[in-house]
Amino acid sequence: MVEQTLYSISQFYPEIIITLTLCVIIVTDLLIKEENHTTGWILLGGFVLAGLTLMLQFGRNESVFFDMIAIDPFSHFFKALLLLTGIFIILFSVQSRELNNYMHRIGEYYMLLAGMMLGMMMMVSSSNLLMLFLAFELTSISSYVLVGFTKQTKRSSESSMKYIIYGAVSSGVMLYGFSLLIGITGAVDIYGINEALAGGTEHALLLNISILMILVGMGFKIAVVPFHFWAPDVYEGAPVSIAAILAVASKIAAFGLLIRFFSVSFIDAGGLTESGSWQVVEGIHWNQLLGVMAALAMILGNLTALRQDNIKRMLAYSSIAHAGYILMGVVILAGEGISSVMIYLFIYLFMNLGAFYVVMLFYNKTGTESIEKYKGLGKRAPLQGVALTIFLVSLTGIPPTGGFVAKLYIFGAAVSAGWIWLVAIAGLMTIVSLFYYIRVVRNMYFYEPEETAVKPIRFNVWSNVVLFALLIPTLLLGIYFAPLLEFARNSIHMFGM
Amino acid sequence: MEFSIFGIGILTWLVFAPIVGMIIILMLPDKNRNAIRWTAAGATGIQVILAGVIFAIFDRSKLGINDAESFQFIEKYSWITVEAVPWVGRIEINYFLGLDGLSVLMVILTSIIALIGVISSWNIQKMVKGYFALYLLLVTGMMGVFVALDFFLFFIFWEVMLLPMYFLIGLWGGPRREYAAIKFFIYTFVGGILMLLTMLALYFSVAYTDPASGQSVHTFNILHMMNPANYVEGGLLSGVDTTWRYVAWMALFINFAIKIPLFPFHTWLPDAHVEAPTPISVILAGILLKLGTYGLLRINFPIFPDATIYFVYFMAALAMISIIYGALCAMAQDDFKKLIAYSSISHMGIVVLGIAALNTQGMVGGVLQMFNHGIITAVLFLAVGVLYDRTKKRGLYDFGGIANQMPKYTGLAMIGMFAALGLPGLNGFVSELFSFLGAFEAYKWITIISVTGIIITASYILWTIQRVFLGKTPEKLTDLKDLTLREYLAFIPLIILIILLGIYPAPAIELMNTSLSHLVDFINTGG
Repeated sequence: MVEQTLYSISQFYPEIIITLTLCVIIVTDLLIKEENHTTGWILLGGFVLAGLTLMLQFGRNESVFFDMIAIDPFSHFFKALLLLTGIFIILFSVQSRELNNYMHRIGEYYMLLAGMMLGMMMMVSSSNLLMLFLAFELTSISSYVLVGFTKQTKRSSESSMKYIIYGAVSSGVMLYGFSLLIGITGAVDIYGINEALAGGTEHALLLNISILMILVGMGFKIAVVPFHFWAPDVYEGAPVSIAAILAVASKIAAFGLLIRFFSVSFIDAGGLTESGSWQVVEGIHWNQLLGVMAALAMILGNLTALRQDNIKRMLAYSSIAHAGYILMGVVILAGEGISSVMIYLFIYLFMNLGAFYVVMLFYNKTGTESIEKYKGLGKRAPLQGVALTIFLVSLTGIPPTGGFVAKLYIFGAAVSAGWIWLVAIAGLMTIVSLFYYIRVVRNMYFYEPEETAVKPIRFNVWSNVVLFALLIPTLLLGIYFAPLLEFARNSIHMFGM
Repeated sequence: MEFSIFGIGILTWLVFAPIVGMIIILMLPDKNRNAIRWTAAGATGIQVILAGVIFAIFDRSKLGINDAESFQFIEKYSWITVEAVPWVGRIEINYFLGLDGLSVLMVILTSIIALIGVISSWNIQKMVKGYFALYLLLVTGMMGVFVALDFFLFFIFWEVMLLPMYFLIGLWGGPRREYAAIKFFIYTFVGGILMLLTMLALYFSVAYTDPASGQSVHTFNILHMMNPANYVEGGLLSGVDTTWRYVAWMALFINFAIKIPLFPFHTWLPDAHVEAPTPISVILAGILLKLGTYGLLRINFPIFPDATIYFVYFMAALAMISIIYGALCAMAQDDFKKLIAYSSISHMGIVVLGIAALNTQGMVGGVLQMFNHGIITAVLFLAVGVLYDRTKKRGLYDFGGIANQMPKYTGLAMIGMFAALGLPGLNGFVSELFSFLGAFEAYKWITIISVTGIIITASYILWTIQRVFLGKTPEKLTDLKDLTLREYLAFIPLIILIILLGIYPAPAIELMNTSLSHLVDFINTGG
């Protein structure tokens, strides 16, 4: 028992490092009186260190802490993505103008960010329902506070309140679903559930109900229709950096959790073959359910995004739509699907963070988030304008950008699995999405700036470095993506499958 | 046939010379406008030289189409290869370029028109750097489509054209440019999505056996897709004459029909032409439209011979409607550019009618018509551009008696007009004749009705000549200067081609004859 625990701890370095960083930030925050981003830089160091220790673990495939946590290629991929996002979010935060009024509390901000990161990393690796729920709540509670961090703005407090209420209800429902599941199968870890269901079950109806309830919680985190109502308000109210982490990291973590939970628990282990598609446990239709949700998310997300003027709200609806595209990869039940989800998430990270970053830069200088007020920005800030254009084009999925490759693989996986109707909807909705993405580009370039603001906007070199760090992968992944494919395909292995 | 410079194949040079030019332009300072223009001219000039080399050494006797061995100037490198892992198969995408009789003429056309476009862009004053950078990117996309033999590569080049065109119309266009630009974008993007989905379905239906490892590998290789033996058992598009194959054919057809544009997918074209600046209209009519018919010949016909034969009447009927409808609409226009736009729809209809005949005559006529129409409309749009530069007007009723003031210009423009009308001795006549002859063998009535389009064409062109060049000069339009040296440079090469190919079309026909007869056989024997 002790040996197992000690060994487990040795496999848990990244998480331990983040916890320690959290403690260091608390102490530093107490000691340092100057109001600057020192704590942020400490956290950045923590993330980088955690990333390095994570790399040492690559290739392992085992279960630690008495089947509580899985250390497998699948979790490594997601953790790497999360840490990368975390690093970018800190780089955003230190440049954010919105946070300037709250510099006396900035230590709190980074503490919460560390907590959220810890929660998300556990989310993608926990294989025990209780552990899973704890990780889920750790993430949620940190993010509730972060959303309301700029508490003097009404929108921020309001959105935090909405987020808490929606969040609490949906995690409650999910917990109820878990309790049903545990009651039916008598197991608390996903391997046990799979084993209990292997021979079929008499409680198919009850199981389906419990899955529906669990989907409420997970769908809430992914922000997929019909559990998406919070997203636009929260993104609009939260500081841009937090909106970005919710749109990217939180979604990545929730997808990791969802894929692991469903693939390990409800896939018929007997039907697993080397190349063919997988079989769900008989009588449980979770993938059909997800397919409908994916279609709804694509349709509603894209159509609603058409009418938004606030660019953060627009990006919120766009991220709902993207959640729909990504879900397509989950519903098709095959290795191809999982790897295409991972490819999508990796590229989505860069393009979506990039879009949020330029939105933040523009907000810092012009104080506006209204798409109508973006008129002429392409001429006033050429580099940022071109960058935002590329990010939005990539989000639309036009080659030669990464977004195209992402869509190609998701669509391809769905076509090969025969989900033609879903792909047809996705294709149609991609066309719709062109309208709202290109509207921003049109406003930036086809109109002259308003007369009150014609001067060129200058950005410092530092902000351009971060911009290029996001821009280059977005473009490069559209032309050469073999390493990413390799990485994703080697990472689809989950412990217990 | 191999030909390489510094170890890099000639086709890569041809495709990426504009990209190199674009990078140089992006590094030049904004102020140095002449250096930017000369760089663009240099990049496209290199293309013309390379196209000349290709014309000189191209082997006219090789088949191409579905036979990888007989393609020329082949370049094939592995681009993306990911080995199979459990649960996920092997992925392979190749950088695969090659020329056959079908594409060689289009490559020559593209290089000529691209250079002419740069020459006529010389007096663009607004954001010169951005303009030429986007222009060169557009040229790369077009050239790439004509030489790509891997569907994935084809698709990338196809979509690369979208954004530059959107900005070129939207930023440098006329008053309603924004509307025209987004309309163009959406139409093409819809087609693109249809092509993407079909491409994926083809990818998963086609697998060839890798001779080295014995593995079965899915592939985007267009030539592999033409071989019925490569279709996997139970694939979505496997088999012959299945519903899914018809659906896939239709999806691709709609994509290409939007580009051609065939009735009823044509409505973006008049808007785009009217709003686009002159050189972009030249590119649009001269090259971009040909991508549609080229796509039909390169992808639809040989990959889906069964569906092609099934839908051939449908295609011919749409072509007939386009010919008549385009010509009638052209007759009703009083905007010079819109008139040419509708005449393009009508003339591209002749191309589709010719290739839909599925016999060598029609096919040769159709492809020759693609080339000729590219040259002729380029002349016509240049002619409108010259008038517009001087008067800022495009209305047909705004002019009159131009012949008195600009005799040399009138002479050259009239040659273009008469070529469009199909006057014997000029190039338009030859290709139209061949197209209609071929089509007549296959569809008597459709062809007979279509030929009436020629009469309508004659009437609107003669009427236009009368309104613009003859008659009395309005008082406001005096003191118009005749052509400048730069304008001559743009006009003369095209006019020479019009006359030369009118009298002696053999050099162009020889280039493609072998490949096209092979294509016809290939389709008629069901692949």
